[in-house]
Amino acid sequence: MAKRIDATNVTAYYGAFKAIENINLTVEPKTVTALIGPSGCGKSTFLRSINRMHEVLPGARVEGNLTIDGQDIYDRDVDVTAVRRMIGMVFQRPNPFPTMSIYENVVAGLRLNGVRRKSILDEAAEKALRSANLWDEVKDRLGKPGAGLSGGQQQRLCIARTIAVEPQVVLMDEPCSALDPISTLAIEDLMFQLKDKFTIIIVTHNMQQAARVSDRTAFFSIEKTGDPGRLIEYDNTQKIFSNPGQKKTEDYITGRFG
Amino acid sequence: MGETPHRSADAGTGGTRVTEGHQWPAGASARMAEAPVSVRTPGGPGLGGGGALPTARRFGAERAFRGLTLAAGGFVLVVIAAIAIFLIAKAVPALQANTENFWTFEGWFPNDAEPKFGIGALAFGTVLTATLALLVAVPIALGIALYLSHYAPRRVGTSLGFLIDLLAAVPSVVFGLWGREIFLNPVRDFSAWLNTYFGWIPIFGGDGPFGRSILLGSLVLAIMVLPIVTSLSREVFLQTPTANEEAALALGATRWEMIRTAVLPYGRPGIIAAVMLGLGRALGETIALAMTLGITFNISFNLIENGGNSIAANIANTFGEANETGRGALIASGLVLFAITLIVNITARAIIYRRREFTESAA
Repeated sequence: MAKRIDATNVTAYYGAFKAIENINLTVEPKTVTALIGPSGCGKSTFLRSINRMHEVLPGARVEGNLTIDGQDIYDRDVDVTAVRRMIGMVFQRPNPFPTMSIYENVVAGLRLNGVRRKSILDEAAEKALRSANLWDEVKDRLGKPGAGLSGGQQQRLCIARTIAVEPQVVLMDEPCSALDPISTLAIEDLMFQLKDKFTIIIVTHNMQQAARVSDRTAFFSIEKTGDPGRLIEYDNTQKIFSNPGQKKTEDYITGRFG
Repeated sequence: MGETPHRSADAGTGGTRVTEGHQWPAGASARMAEAPVSVRTPGGPGLGGGGALPTARRFGAERAFRGLTLAAGGFVLVVIAAIAIFLIAKAVPALQANTENFWTFEGWFPNDAEPKFGIGALAFGTVLTATLALLVAVPIALGIALYLSHYAPRRVGTSLGFLIDLLAAVPSVVFGLWGREIFLNPVRDFSAWLNTYFGWIPIFGGDGPFGRSILLGSLVLAIMVLPIVTSLSREVFLQTPTANEEAALALGATRWEMIRTAVLPYGRPGIIAAVMLGLGRALGETIALAMTLGITFNISFNLIENGGNSIAANIANTFGEANETGRGALIASGLVLFAITLIVNITARAIIYRRREFTESAA
């Protein structure tokens, strides 16, 4: 249940503004890949291009080639909802559906896909919540509103909601930036477990986090404000943080810029 | 991260400034002794103060404003109490003079020597026309609102929204005239058609004449209620957090599924509020119904035959030739209308309150 992602010359626009240019990157199955770089360098834009969430914004479009196990996800005949089901996403701020209970939040994706039988939903909800390390904390209050949980629990609930539909790839857009260190640790532990099953790509501003959780790290940067973001270096995490190949990468990870 | 020599140097500079700042309190208190009021004079200790704490001002803008708002709030209560006392004082003598049962008598002759009047048929007509109007208007309004908020291109959405708001600005007497002079004809034809093919259903039965009926009144009301419900629900739909919409889309929802999962549940209390405001307008609508209904005093579910009446329309139609008792009777009917509106509002609040656990966390 994990697939390989190939990006070739991916360029993304917001209207006339070119946010990223010619990104070439291959993500192997069952790995964690971290995207790092200064604010505005296009790492989130690239992440959102991978599950076609970028085009949701008015005027936004993507050029180039993105494939998942060789299948072009931007092919005209491809159903965009199928792409998003295959490539799940966890957002920066925990965003459980405020009107739904914990249980309903977790099974929301399954319900969207037409699963109606209670026994299947129950089983999937428990499985997803267990995978998200949240089951023990919420099993007695599944009917309570999801928005009533703490921030860290909400984010794990969102992860449970994402993995409940059993995607191939899980994208995480700064999933811990709104959380305290303990909740952050819980989610990092979770990523270790999840990469047995999923391909994970995570955008993070926290370089220690990138170093802790990822196998491969991609460093994005921009020349100056208004320029498109580019991929500067992409290598094994250990190499990036101990012996980066590019001067820019070294400057960034040592805190000399950005 | 961030522990570079360059930044440490910066922090050092800041530190020096802080040390200088520590010398302030001594000098400041000296200056305070000379001129205790001039806290904000240049060269003084700055807004943060220093020295002894000044006493709170007893009279100032803060207090004055507080008093003003309190007076404004109290004024509302006084006005409501005054209106209530006036209405009840006028209504009670008329009700005592009534020689028939006020709740069940189907007729309105309060100006006779032996006043006879009953609210039943009027209240029934009021509720029936308003309910029918909402049944027609709400689905259309929600459809328009969703189109404007989530489907239409921005420019189309804005201009169409403006047109809808314009519809709300049309005076109700114009709607009444239009309904009576123009809209009457298609409704009459439609009623005849309904009567021919669906006459076996009691609400479409009867032998005519058709046209100035509950159906016409309700349809005109529906058009009048439409803009309120539309623009309020559009506002509510636009307020759906983008994060929730994106969450649904990222789960593989189509746009309609996203609306069902994120937008409609989030907007539910707002939709209820919009519908209730629409209902309030429909219940209280006066002149449009006075001009389009057939004005009869019987309780009938027949929608297409000439007939129908409502409390507000009756007040408009009969106030002119009402004597003392007649006016009292009309005021009594106004009280009943007020009670109906109140019940509707309380019900709506109860519906919203029941789901508060979810809606509060949504806010």
